[in-house]
Amino acid sequence: MTRFIFRRAGSLILLLVTVSFITFTLFQLGPADPASAACGQECTPERITEARVALGMDHPFLIQYLDYMRGLVSPRMIGAPGAESICQWPCLGKSFQTNENVSDIIARSLPYTLSIAVGALVLWTISGVGLGLLAALRKGSATDKFIVGAASVGVSLPIPVTGLFLLLVFVNQLHLLPFTTNEINGAFGPHGPWAWVLNYFLPWVALAVLFSAAYIRVTRTNMIETFSEDFIRTARAKGLAPRIVTFKHGVRAGITPVVTMLGMDIGLLLGGAVLTEQIFSVPGLGFTAVRAAISGDLPVTMAITMLAAFFVIVANVAVDLAYAAIDPRVRLQ
Amino acid sequence: MDTQAILHVQNLQKHFPIKGGLFSPKGSKRVKAVDGVSFSLARGQTLGLVGESGCGKSTTGRMVARLMDPTGGRIVIDGVDISQLGGRELYNFRRKVQMIFQDPFASLNPRQTVGTAIAAPMLAQKINPSGGMKNRVKELLEQVGLKPEHYNRFPHEFSGGQRQRVGIARAISLNPSVIVCDEPVSALDVSVQAQVVNLLQEIQRDTGVAYIFIAHDLSVVRHISHDVAVMYLGKIVERGPRDELFHDPKHPYTKALLSAVPLPDPNAARLQQKIRLRGDLPSPANPPSGCVFRTRCPLFSTLGEEQQQRCITEIPAPASTAAPACHHSGMAAAALADVQ
Amino acid sequence: MTQLQPSSPASANETGAFLEVRNLSVKFPTDDGLVSAVNGMDFSLERGQTLGIVGESGSGKSVTSQALMGLLKGTSAQVTGQALFQGKDLVTLPESRMRQLRGRNIGMIFQDPLSALHPFFTVGEQIAEAYLVHNTASKKQARAAAVDMLGRVGIPSPEQRYDEYPHHFSGGMRQRAMIAMALICEPELLIADEPTTALDVTVQAQILDLMSELQQETNSALILITHDLGVVAEVCDSVLVMYGGQCVESGPVDEIFYDTQHPYTLGLLKSMPTLNSSARRLNPIPGQPPSLLDLPKGCIFSARCDYAALAGDGVCASTRPGLVVEGGHGTRCHLDRRQILTLRNTR
Ligand SMILES: Nc1ncnc2c1ncn2[C@@H]1O[C@H](COP(=O)(O)OP(=O)(O)OP(=O)(O)O)[C@@H](O)[C@H]1O
Ligand SMILES: Nc1ncnc2c1ncn2[C@@H]1O[C@H](COP(=O)(O)OP(=O)(O)O)[C@@H](O)[C@H]1O
Ligand code: SF4
Ligand code: SF4
Ligand SMILES: [Mg+2]
Ligand SMILES: [Mg+2]
Repeated sequence: MTRFIFRRAGSLILLLVTVSFITFTLFQLGPADPASAACGQECTPERITEARVALGMDHPFLIQYLDYMRGLVSPRMIGAPGAESICQWPCLGKSFQTNENVSDIIARSLPYTLSIAVGALVLWTISGVGLGLLAALRKGSATDKFIVGAASVGVSLPIPVTGLFLLLVFVNQLHLLPFTTNEINGAFGPHGPWAWVLNYFLPWVALAVLFSAAYIRVTRTNMIETFSEDFIRTARAKGLAPRIVTFKHGVRAGITPVVTMLGMDIGLLLGGAVLTEQIFSVPGLGFTAVRAAISGDLPVTMAITMLAAFFVIVANVAVDLAYAAIDPRVRLQ
Repeated sequence: MDTQAILHVQNLQKHFPIKGGLFSPKGSKRVKAVDGVSFSLARGQTLGLVGESGCGKSTTGRMVARLMDPTGGRIVIDGVDISQLGGRELYNFRRKVQMIFQDPFASLNPRQTVGTAIAAPMLAQKINPSGGMKNRVKELLEQVGLKPEHYNRFPHEFSGGQRQRVGIARAISLNPSVIVCDEPVSALDVSVQAQVVNLLQEIQRDTGVAYIFIAHDLSVVRHISHDVAVMYLGKIVERGPRDELFHDPKHPYTKALLSAVPLPDPNAARLQQKIRLRGDLPSPANPPSGCVFRTRCPLFSTLGEEQQQRCITEIPAPASTAAPACHHSGMAAAALADVQ
Repeated sequence: MTQLQPSSPASANETGAFLEVRNLSVKFPTDDGLVSAVNGMDFSLERGQTLGIVGESGSGKSVTSQALMGLLKGTSAQVTGQALFQGKDLVTLPESRMRQLRGRNIGMIFQDPLSALHPFFTVGEQIAEAYLVHNTASKKQARAAAVDMLGRVGIPSPEQRYDEYPHHFSGGMRQRAMIAMALICEPELLIADEPTTALDVTVQAQILDLMSELQQETNSALILITHDLGVVAEVCDSVLVMYGGQCVESGPVDEIFYDTQHPYTLGLLKSMPTLNSSARRLNPIPGQPPSLLDLPKGCIFSARCDYAALAGDGVCASTRPGLVVEGGHGTRCHLDRRQILTLRNTR
């Protein structure tokens, strides 16, 4: 077990290093010049050079990278000589655009993204698994056909389409829900959980429609297969109630692929968040990342990319642990 | 008999490395799937290979067909040791030994017609039959009791027995000297099984091919084999001519195995002396010391302490046609009569 | 079609046969058409008896047993006929009542013990669960009962083995665990569907011994489904031979083997190599079993039967023979017994 965690921690670090290096390199190769962007409209060549120094871009590429990595584990000084300021550990640098600490930017945007992600995740898992299970139990019936049909429509609906449609119908036409506001970024804020739910409901639905379609399919296929397994027949032959056969014996065995999918999708979620946040204009990580990438704000882009990689790996470890908890055959020695 | 032997296997071994833990180096532990197997086989003869699941029958067969590399030992076919062949030489050798599997469906491409499947080994060996490939395939189809018009059919259109016939047609297409049959009739019902067994015997009579016939059904093995070898945990414990082995088994394991076969004859079943083995096959990754059979040997408990010690510490000499791999087989007959 | 029964239908309930199956049929609607898997089975069984059901794969053995267990309820299968178990008709009994019988009065063992056990629960939990459904007991009592049962089926150190998972067990031990699970409530009827087919002969012998032993202890009735005539000869009191979803011959085990009446049974016995057979040629039954989508109008075996011509007038192809029972030995053939006797001796 300890061995397993060590190994995973090792690969986590390795992956973060790789991801950061690739992002760094891409940035160097890209067309954006952060120095000229930072110095604004009335720029002279001298001021650009000054800006380069202030941003630490006068050093060779590798040194810049190593400096950055060092900041992750210890505090470092940032800024033009004379105007340096300390950047506390873990230092993610300062925004080229606003000179704000990147960690502050992240801390500000993260709650919005989490609000969207957590709600959407819960919504699509429950609806996806629930509907998939229902379809499997009523295989061949009208209910089954309807759910399968709806799922195949859902999977082909891109977020912008669903999102705009939802906004148009529920907000503009029916006035059932408020426009999303940036004042609410958590369930336990001053506005209370209900306002939070109402505020984020549409983004959740937009994401869930896309994702739950796949969950319906996978759950349905797997549950149908599981229900035809010999051990289900054994459970029935013991005289167990259908409820116990379905949930205790069936779902536990049929749910494992859904766990894998969840792990992968948590990583993908950030990608989904970019679109959703744009459509519903929520200033979350995705929103921030897009702006940073366009304006060549290296430190912000780097930080968000690494955060995404971090989530992907953590989700993967969680999947492995969940697997071991569910299936004794893969239990770690 | 050895002089006319077409196949000669000596001290054949296959050791599989066990997948180690996360940091323990791979290969530090090994499964001795086949551990010192020797036998020989003459032209036109059949050697039956029997034993419990996991005892190494298939592994032995696959090594003889060189679908798997031996860890040690010699496989001599037509005077050539093929155990270490590679590249071009191995390719040339392939036509001499063919294999038939339990599930012919798994080895047939579902999108390939039966005709194409049968022609495949000949194409691979760049053989151009006189009269054309298609005619040769049709000839083969007839030889195995199918019809020439089956040429363009797909595997799923055939029953289990017919698919096995396709597998046989493919195996005999290169006129091999030896065919390894790994449980060729185990998945078939008795009535169909009999059709395939008869076909295999006809082919042997017509072409003089030798078979290694692997099966867990002892009645089928007895019916088709000239010689029989009994395997236990990677070793041959007894081998010899069929009638001798079935009438007068010498190794305690052979005795137990034969007495466990249910006889399709109620009166005989009532009279049958039953020697019951206790427990299960030990893991081949961790075989018992000395004689591998000692943990289940019905003779063992009847032995004196000194004799038991010998079973525990000393590995019996490999079975030959003259003697089984047991220190005390001489006592088996008398002792086992009381054991049951 | 005359169906002569030793106990005529009217008297069956009064005489109170333990299990009395009458004209049991099962059909499955599929995309290709209606699959007639079981076509009018009749048999009866008393406590303490072992009935062997033999037949080739696809002859309807497993479907028959599933119909008896009520496992086809709630599926698309169409089950008709009667199966009177201690006076209750298993075919029409509602699922809720059937559930009380399953495990408690009728136990079942399946062919492949690895896939029949749930991979995610310990062997002990699964056995204790079977005990808990039908007994008001604490978890602790259920555990004690399961450990005791594991010991009775010959699993060494059952207390520890209780907490192991099926993948830790060998094939033989898994089947022992299945038997423990099926027998923990001491059912009066045990249905074993090919319980030893996946096992080696040496282990098969152990399991068959164990089942006979436990059956004698509890005086239960056993239906043993198999395709191995050797297993039948070894353990069964009476035999039922199935072909194309019908019983073609049934009777006491000695009569089936030594006074074979049906051409199909005869063919089966002749096509089998035996341990004593010399190197004679085997006599296979030619051809393939009939398609269950489109059964022949006449005798189901007619397409493969060597004797069909002897019955005369093409009667085999046009009329389906009924099961005729004489002295407890039933057969479904147009030829009469004397004809069969001469044929048996001349061929
Ligand atoms: N690739 C492999 N890696 C590790 N062990 C293996 C491998 N292949 C086979 N073994 C082991 O070698 C032993 C012999 O296997 P083999 O397949 O030859 O048995 P068998 O006698 O043919 O059994 P069966 O009657 O079940 O077909 C078994 O213990 C098996 O688990
Ligand atoms: N659920 C099902 N749907 C359609 N056909 C089925 C179903 N279950 C069994 N059958 C068919 O019924 C026939 C008898 O099957 P079975 O009783 O399992 O045979 P066996 O005698 O080998 O146990 C087979 O042809 C099988 O394909
Ligand atoms: S050597 Fe000993 S243990 Fe092995 S088979 Fe002979 S008597 Fe039994
Ligand atoms: S009725 Fe006719 S076809 Fe059927 S078994 Fe009897 S003789 Fe053969
Ligand atoms: Mg094998
Ligand atoms: Mg079956």
